[in-house]
Amino acid sequence: MEMQNKNEQPLLDMRDVEITFNTANGPVKAVRGANLSVMQGESVAIVGESGSGKSTIALAAMGLLARNGKVTGGQILFDGKDYAAASDKEFRHIRGDQIGMVPQDPMSNLNPVWKIGFQVKETLKANGLGGGDMNKKVAEALENAGLPDAERRAGQYPHEFSGGMRQRALISIGLSCRPRLLVADEPTSALDVTVQRQILDHLDNMTAELGTAVLFITHDLGLAAERAEKVVVMYKGQVVESGPAIDLLRNPQHPYTKRLIDSAPSLSSHRMENEAAAQKSASGTDNVLEIENLTKVFKIREKGLKKSDFLAVDDVSFNVRRGTTTAVVGESGSGKSTVAKMVLNLLEPTSGTIRFDGEDMGRLSEKELFRFRRRVQPIFQDPYGSLDPMYSIFRTIEQPLKIHGIGDARSRQNKVKELLEHVSMPASTMHRFPNELSGGQRQRIAIARALALEPEVIICDEAVSALDVLVQAQVLELLNKLQAELGLSYLFITHDLAVVRQIADDVVVMKDGQLVESGKTDDIFATPQTEYTSNLLDAIPGGQLLV
Amino acid sequence: MLMYTLRRVLHMVPVFFGATLLVYFLVFATGDPIAALSGGKPMSDAVEATLRAQYNLDQPFWVQYGIYLKNLLTLDLGTTFSGQSVNDVVARAMPVTARLAVMALAIEAIFGVVFGVFAGLRKGGIFDSTVLVLSLVVISVPTFVLGFVFQFVFGVKLDWTSPTVGPDAGWGDLILPATVLGLVSLAYVIRLSRTQIAENLSADFVRTASAKGLTRGRVVLVHVLRNSLIPVITFLGADLGMLMGGAIVTEGVFNVPGIGKVLFDAIKIGESPTVVAVVSVMVLVFVVANLAVDLLYALLDPRIRYA
Repeated sequence: MEMQNKNEQPLLDMRDVEITFNTANGPVKAVRGANLSVMQGESVAIVGESGSGKSTIALAAMGLLARNGKVTGGQILFDGKDYAAASDKEFRHIRGDQIGMVPQDPMSNLNPVWKIGFQVKETLKANGLGGGDMNKKVAEALENAGLPDAERRAGQYPHEFSGGMRQRALISIGLSCRPRLLVADEPTSALDVTVQRQILDHLDNMTAELGTAVLFITHDLGLAAERAEKVVVMYKGQVVESGPAIDLLRNPQHPYTKRLIDSAPSLSSHRMENEAAAQKSASGTDNVLEIENLTKVFKIREKGLKKSDFLAVDDVSFNVRRGTTTAVVGESGSGKSTVAKMVLNLLEPTSGTIRFDGEDMGRLSEKELFRFRRRVQPIFQDPYGSLDPMYSIFRTIEQPLKIHGIGDARSRQNKVKELLEHVSMPASTMHRFPNELSGGQRQRIAIARALALEPEVIICDEAVSALDVLVQAQVLELLNKLQAELGLSYLFITHDLAVVRQIADDVVVMKDGQLVESGKTDDIFATPQTEYTSNLLDAIPGGQLLV
Repeated sequence: MLMYTLRRVLHMVPVFFGATLLVYFLVFATGDPIAALSGGKPMSDAVEATLRAQYNLDQPFWVQYGIYLKNLLTLDLGTTFSGQSVNDVVARAMPVTARLAVMALAIEAIFGVVFGVFAGLRKGGIFDSTVLVLSLVVISVPTFVLGFVFQFVFGVKLDWTSPTVGPDAGWGDLILPATVLGLVSLAYVIRLSRTQIAENLSADFVRTASAKGLTRGRVVLVHVLRNSLIPVITFLGADLGMLMGGAIVTEGVFNVPGIGKVLFDAIKIGESPTVVAVVSVMVLVFVVANLAVDLLYALLDPRIRYA
């Protein structure tokens, strides 16, 4: 492919592009002199962390920058014509039938009040493909994107679709007018790994068949290397390195690329070093948590007034050994978060027992429960939602100490400083507020808050899922370090098997509320016993690259 | 949709009983209507006993409430102190109020949405800022002040229309009070549509719509406007319920012979049976209007239908 296009002009050629956003604090340059080109039929991935400008540059190619953003320099050549200063009207001619888009979040990118079919149909119409049997055309477009039962599905609304189905609908919209270039902005980052793979495979097949060039945006280098012929690494608004995917992965030149490769979860194959945990995991029978026949039934309202039972967690048993990490993995809806909520005693089990340190939690009195809460602390997924925006960092971390009546004002202040130091944040942070911190910093604060009461067990519910790879790696390292120092036990709830491999000693795999498989991480990764687990493992992006 | 409707209708039942009970209790159990009727003058025991029997005031509270409910459900609203049927009074006043309410609603809907949409599309522009300031002024000035000012300027000084409304209250007469009545809600409608438009303009699905190659006009009409107007329409629906309940102040200022004025006069002379009857009708109108809003909401937003 590369050879054959060598002498042609690129389909998309971005030269010295500079993009500026006007913000309340003055102009901010999001992209600074970036170069990027995509040949006919070629697939190029832009990799970088949030804020690197990777989405911005791709959106600029379609004239879809937010209203305060502007291309302030360079050229954006599509098919030889410069669009850097093009009007909305000029862009309209290339949107849809020349450049299609598959956006990042399938939940927010379909208009909730229009039927799926309508949203496909208007795309076809807008690009001169109207007329004839529209319903048939719509069904075809949806079917091509791998949506089963397309004709009926076209008459449904977005909220009746699962995330994966919505993304298929968006793919069908993006490709319905046979564009020459498809901009895919993290098209699967909001989806389960197995769904992610199906969708990416399908996207690959479709674009290969149609000869569509793809500009693929991702934060995961493994994913980029697996899916694209060429990788472009962006850092702070600049392209720091680009080249054929495999070369770049084997022989990175720029320090940032090296760091990305080092921290890409999908490319690492071992647990982070932690001798203490390894020993305990190997020898120990000392269980800090024992979960036995745990079951949770939710009553859900069906059509009308009827109620039916929904078995969210079905007879699940496993143990967490003191000082080690046990990961519970599964796709959304597998019941893994429900397990976490029950262990935190935020949700009452329908049946089964949870023993903490040998004590049955179901029989604890109010007072004993209060004491229990001190010993088990949570860290949640969304560091934006789990910190009170009105609380200073000091107040956030101090509050649990205050509630449990620990120390006086001065000793609490010292404790907060100490905790901040533990999570590698300067003591001055305590006068700041969550909105002044980045996602990774906030998650550090959440960890400091969880540590305040010196708990024995920390329940991490997707604690690193919302973070960029580099930040994710830092937070995982921090958690690992704290485990080694303080002998903490982690119950780690995640959908990401790549993360499991980095941090867990034991794994519990859940599916549809049931425990499918459990055992030592190394064993499960080496010889998965069930098809479900091996599917999950295969779905880790970049997995094949190691072989 | 059927289940949703049924559930909404069932919700009306406790609201209706709760509200009527409360009104009945507040008006009858906490004051003596007979004392009000006699105007504080002495009255013979026999006359008083007859009057009490006539209004069922000699019965225990629950029996009184029961009789009142029975009458209400058979559409018998009782009689005023002067012997008129409350049904007749309401039947005369309601059409006037309805006319006033519909005019006010039309004014706030048309101007509110148009101004709001243009302000939202050009958020931060001159038009937007002007509209915002003006709407703030309108919101902060009390209705009766606005009423008197309008009356004086348009009715007396400019003499465009009569400053007060006659007993027949035709459409032309009602323009001034309807404008005053609509102005306050108009300001809210402008602000609501403006924020909705501005918010939806930056929604992901709007960007995706542009990416499909749709024209700007179609993006705004199909993807921004419909989504933005859902909360506005429900606000307007709820507002219609409020307006139908009669605008006591506006009807008072312009001497509109509507339901608000009837209620106001009844309260002034302590005519409890009329007060309770009129308020009950208002409760009913309000509950029905709210039901209509809920159903409308479900019709406009498919997510509600299946919730």
